[in-house]
Amino acid sequence: MPDPSPSSDIVIDARGVEKSFGDGANRIHVLKKVNFQAKTGEITMLVGPSGCGKTTLLSAIAGTMRVDAGEISVFGNRIESMSGAALTRFRANNIGFIFQQFNLIPTLTVAENVGVPLLIQGVSSGKALKRSREILEQVGLGDRWKERPNKLSGGQQQRVAIARALVHEPPLVICDEPTAALDAQNGEIVLDLFRQVARSPERAVIIVTHDNRIFSYADRIARMDDGEIVEVKQQDQGEKPHFVHEHAL
Amino acid sequence: MIGLALKMLFGDTAKYLMLVAGLFFATFLIVQQASVFCGLMRWTTSTLKNVGAPIYIVEERVEQINETNPMRDTDVSRVRSVSAVKWAMPLYSGIQRVRLDDGSFKTIQLIGVDAASLAGAPARMKEGNLQDLRLPNTVVIDELATERLSPDPSDPAKRIKIGDRFEINDVEARVVGICEAMRSFTGGPYIWTTYERALQYTPPQRKMLSAVIAAPIDGMTNEQAAAEIERTTGLRAYVNDDFGPNSRDHKVGKSTKYGDFNTSTIWWYVKNTGIPISFGTTVVIGFIVGVAIACQTFYAFVLDNLKHLGALKAMGMSNFRLSMMLILQAFTVGLIGFGLGLLATSGFAMGALKNGQPPFFMPWQIPVTAFCVIQVICMLAALMGIIRLSLYEPAMVFRA
Repeated sequence: MPDPSPSSDIVIDARGVEKSFGDGANRIHVLKKVNFQAKTGEITMLVGPSGCGKTTLLSAIAGTMRVDAGEISVFGNRIESMSGAALTRFRANNIGFIFQQFNLIPTLTVAENVGVPLLIQGVSSGKALKRSREILEQVGLGDRWKERPNKLSGGQQQRVAIARALVHEPPLVICDEPTAALDAQNGEIVLDLFRQVARSPERAVIIVTHDNRIFSYADRIARMDDGEIVEVKQQDQGEKPHFVHEHAL
Repeated sequence: MIGLALKMLFGDTAKYLMLVAGLFFATFLIVQQASVFCGLMRWTTSTLKNVGAPIYIVEERVEQINETNPMRDTDVSRVRSVSAVKWAMPLYSGIQRVRLDDGSFKTIQLIGVDAASLAGAPARMKEGNLQDLRLPNTVVIDELATERLSPDPSDPAKRIKIGDRFEINDVEARVVGICEAMRSFTGGPYIWTTYERALQYTPPQRKMLSAVIAAPIDGMTNEQAAAEIERTTGLRAYVNDDFGPNSRDHKVGKSTKYGDFNTSTIWWYVKNTGIPISFGTTVVIGFIVGVAIACQTFYAFVLDNLKHLGALKAMGMSNFRLSMMLILQAFTVGLIGFGLGLLATSGFAMGALKNGQPPFFMPWQIPVTAFCVIQVICMLAALMGIIRLSLYEPAMVFRA
């Protein structure tokens, strides 16, 4: 399915991406010549039913999984042809990750967790901690920097994860089911934060979700089914998006 | 990254303590048992340490100091006739029984030395005068004898002292001195007397000379003199250095003839008794306990943290740096477990040295080897974690 509004600010460009798992009769084609684009300054949501291949596509774009065929360009870098070491460095410098289960390290403080991407980049722990506290202020958790993650609510933990994804100012932020473990109130807070993050003209945000309560936050929605993108829809963000509470669905 | 690795390790208190405990027990078992073994082996050479002569000449088939094949008294003269020998003196060494006042008997290690030179007499006297050994029916005893030959060993006031008397094979012995000495392998205390009097204390036999002790002339080494004595007399001459290789070691068929009596004695016990098997088994068990606990627990630790380690991998941490983190964690628990194990062994050693038993001797090679063994265990454990982590695709972190 072609992109409905191709433009020069497309920074994620995946073309003809194929990925399959297993061998012989057990071979499953998870991605079937998928084309996908994302732009800076936008939230792009990859949606679809479980098992449709959206997380696999996200992994391929993030460079955490090799594809069988196709081309993936991320901010002009062809990641499918990068060596393993180069791809690892690329992820460290260019991608912020937000995971469904937050994946915060329980033995570190909130600020230490946030500073991990900087440590990976080789920044000193002192500088990383200073920068972590600044970004925690921005997500409204400046006073909780000394706490352990398990002392925080689910929403607060996800805000810490967002701070961690942004602390090294990556141009691409990818989120895997960011609201799956959150209640409506916390989901709304988190998605408002995403909107702020995505408004940066140098940053693209890709969210994988099957949570239809949050679709209104997307600038564009790519719908997947059975390993293919079956629909790409641009959404008007003229009015403030809102979290659709379950009782309203 | 060091801080991150250590915080992840120390944060999981249960596994951290389990790892340290496993390595602590492994270290303690390995170091303590190896040291007791070395102490026991050292006790087998205690006569060599207590008599302290530079060269021992014994009957040609003798392989260890506690084995006595009596020689003729004329052998002393034969040794003295060797040009490389500065002096040579007779030595009696044998196990005898002391009869105490209450009628009970105790086994002792009796040493008879030349009365004129007192060559082979104890080097460190605690009480009394060594020269008094030349008086009639006199003996010098070691500190252990003051307790062992006492009618009530638990009462310090009743310990044997200078002037006390007892009987050795119905012949009176009067204590004129108390000395320091290393304990014997048989556990009996050392008692020194003159060579002639030792023969009186001992039931008569055709040949009574246990050994000839000698020293080389100036400008000649012990080894050179020992070689000359063997060549001239046909007797077996050992040097008395310490356990280890000697320039006179040589192969005879499948066996080795050692130039040093300590080495020859210890190897004899290693080859002819079950002692090394017994201690070796415990050391091996220590190693297995260490491997089992450390590898299993560390692997479980890695599995528990796989989600976080996978997230770090996805966020751009290289396999190399993750591996270094695991190695650092394993090395750290190894160091702490080893340190605590060595500390516990030191506590055991202090008790052993204070009580005089069990035997304990820890040459530097034991802790160094144990440290290497513990680190090998830790690296094995780390390797298992590294293999598991390297097989973990970073994309797995997206699978809830």
